[in-house]
Amino acid sequence: MTETPGAAPDAFPGAPTGPRTGPRLRVLAAMSGGVDSAVAAARAVEAGHEVTGVHLALSANPQSFRTGARGCCTVEDSRDARRAADVIGIPFYVWDLAERFRAEVVDDFIDEYRAGRTPNPCLRCNEKIKFAALLDRALALGFDAVCTGHYATVRLTDDGRRELHRSHDQAKDQSYVLGVLDDRQLAHALFPLGDTGATKDEIRAEAERRGLAVARKPDSHDICFIADGDTQGFLARHLGSAEGDILDQDGTKLGTHQGAHGFTVGQRRGLRIGHPTADGKPRYVLDISPVENTVTVGPAEALDIAALTAIRPRWCGGTAPEGSGRYTAQLRAHGAETPVTTEVVDGELRVAFDAPVRGVAPGQAVVLYDGTRVVGSGTIAHTTAAR
Amino acid sequence: MPYLDHAATTPMLPEAQEVMTAHLGLTGNASALHAAGRRARRAVEEGREELAAALGARPSEVVLTSGGTEADNLAVKGLYWSRTAADPRRRRLLASPVEHHAVLDVVHWLADHQGAVVEWLPVDALGRVRPEDLRSAIERAPDEVALATVMWANNEIGTVQRVAELSAVAAEFDVPLHADAVQAVGQLPVDFAASGLTALTVSGHKIGGPLGVGALLLTREATPVPVLHGGGQEREVRSGTLDVPAVAAFATAARLTVERRSAFARRVGALRDELVARVREAVPDAVLNGDPDPDGRLPANAHFAFPGCEGDALLLLLDAQGIECSTGSACTAGVAQPSHVLLAAGADPELARGTLRFSLGHTSTAADVTAVAEAIGPAVARARAAGLS
Repeated sequence: MTETPGAAPDAFPGAPTGPRTGPRLRVLAAMSGGVDSAVAAARAVEAGHEVTGVHLALSANPQSFRTGARGCCTVEDSRDARRAADVIGIPFYVWDLAERFRAEVVDDFIDEYRAGRTPNPCLRCNEKIKFAALLDRALALGFDAVCTGHYATVRLTDDGRRELHRSHDQAKDQSYVLGVLDDRQLAHALFPLGDTGATKDEIRAEAERRGLAVARKPDSHDICFIADGDTQGFLARHLGSAEGDILDQDGTKLGTHQGAHGFTVGQRRGLRIGHPTADGKPRYVLDISPVENTVTVGPAEALDIAALTAIRPRWCGGTAPEGSGRYTAQLRAHGAETPVTTEVVDGELRVAFDAPVRGVAPGQAVVLYDGTRVVGSGTIAHTTAAR
Repeated sequence: MPYLDHAATTPMLPEAQEVMTAHLGLTGNASALHAAGRRARRAVEEGREELAAALGARPSEVVLTSGGTEADNLAVKGLYWSRTAADPRRRRLLASPVEHHAVLDVVHWLADHQGAVVEWLPVDALGRVRPEDLRSAIERAPDEVALATVMWANNEIGTVQRVAELSAVAAEFDVPLHADAVQAVGQLPVDFAASGLTALTVSGHKIGGPLGVGALLLTREATPVPVLHGGGQEREVRSGTLDVPAVAAFATAARLTVERRSAFARRVGALRDELVARVREAVPDAVLNGDPDPDGRLPANAHFAFPGCEGDALLLLLDAQGIECSTGSACTAGVAQPSHVLLAAGADPELARGTLRFSLGHTSTAADVTAVAEAIGPAVARARAAGLS
């Protein structure tokens, strides 16, 4: 990839040669059928870019994964996206990335749970689909950037580097799920919602003003490929159920469960342990061991961790910071920030918390911030208990 | 804007527009007895006569419908139902695998829900049914055949079927044969009486008439069970108040298209040949699908496979330059599917994903061909770089 964002891209041969003022980019707007990506596409047009809309057929419904047969998933979302593109006045296509999505996101999701971890599929989708499969195809076809409806801000520094920052609307900030993007990916990313600063309510009002019918469409919260929202059911279907033991910290059997994959570290509900603890305090999942198919539970304090190790670290700016660093860390989507000291040892990211944090699940991402700026990220592999 | 998607729909002829707009201001239900009704009926019946004359049919053989899809449904479902009602052994449905979805999906539906026993007629590498294959298919159990359906000319790759020979075979066994002639009318000589067919589908908007109107030509002996029940219009085969302006304009378009057919085929055939030559010049490994012999292919059709390309990537790139064409195959929720026509003709599935159909029409010019010739090389290079997803 040699394209330099902002520079006039070489027009593909035979392309219409309109007047170009400033960095007019050929932008591929990923349109989910929701309000955010529709407004983002409209804003990209207004900014003077040449925008084409694309809806990714990823299959929102596990029961109807595309198999090449006629009849399809996400028809409703695809229509909403097309309708929005028509109102905005841009060409619109549907790209079938269902196979890639299944291999990179859905299978990974299942594999992670099988290994006793708790993955974040949205993050994975951004890393492997939107800013990889989609971006690569877009660049090859002559586009300069991919535009999405994420709430995050990309700032250009004086020396021409790109920095990813939290969005103005902190409540909607999605920089956490973009924390995996590397420099090249960021260089071709356009986030018109976070860039200009607006709250979700303002975005909805803006969609209404623009005549976009998706203005009042509810936000999506669930995992898109688990249409009914029943993650446990989905996992049970794919991983099967196998009775295993629920143990306390000393290894004493307290009860049984129907599959270790049904649990997440920090989980309290759904343990169904017959007898209460001596002090009457609730128990939480402390550890999941998929090999032994056991789930270890204990008091809330035992969830406190002092440090963690993350693998596959990514650094905005490309290289790991020298020596130890002082940052804040976010450990889950919409989670709070907490101050940390970091160090990179043998390619792994070591994170020590100033004060213990509770309920950190391996498989989730740790994203490091310096103020509003995303410094880097890693996938949590191990945690160290506070005591 | 070079428009090369006439097989999807072609601009209305000015004469047809005139007739249509003239009728839009008039009131009248063609089934009513008063003066307004009589005037409407007269327009419909004159239209029916005009259509019949243009297509070599008797006026009583013209059943007006809402378009090609309805006519195909009426022919295939209606004849299947009436034939099985007359003799319950008749469950065999013989069909070519290269049919338009308006036939293909009807056949699948009859198999899935109505007990039809479907037998797909083999096609050669050009997508053509051999009359001897129809014969042997019928001969396996001639008394059990409900009907056969083979399109006159293929909408994707332009292959023309040997309709007269096929209908001669079907007639030997008293098997009704239906042909979807939506693409054939206006490009090939289509004479219903001479064809020997039992039923023939034609559509308005593919021949310079309006959208939303079509017809099934149907011999007097054929009595399909209706798909639409109601007021008993159209020989009690197709109920519904007739769309007088559309019927009148459709008839005008049919008359003019047929009158102009031979000059049109010569002119557009030459443009098409030029387009094929120049695309091959720009992309030497482009594969022309369908019959390379002009006698076996629609004069307005050019259909290519571009190895290593995704068809929708090519569409996007050409669309960005104002060139409007199609992959030629059906899409599902906007996702282009590999052409079932090419797959049936034995094409490599990878190749079937990277197709483009350029279809010409009465407004096509040499400038359209030049635009394609100049754009296709760079577009294919780009699409190849993007690869197959």
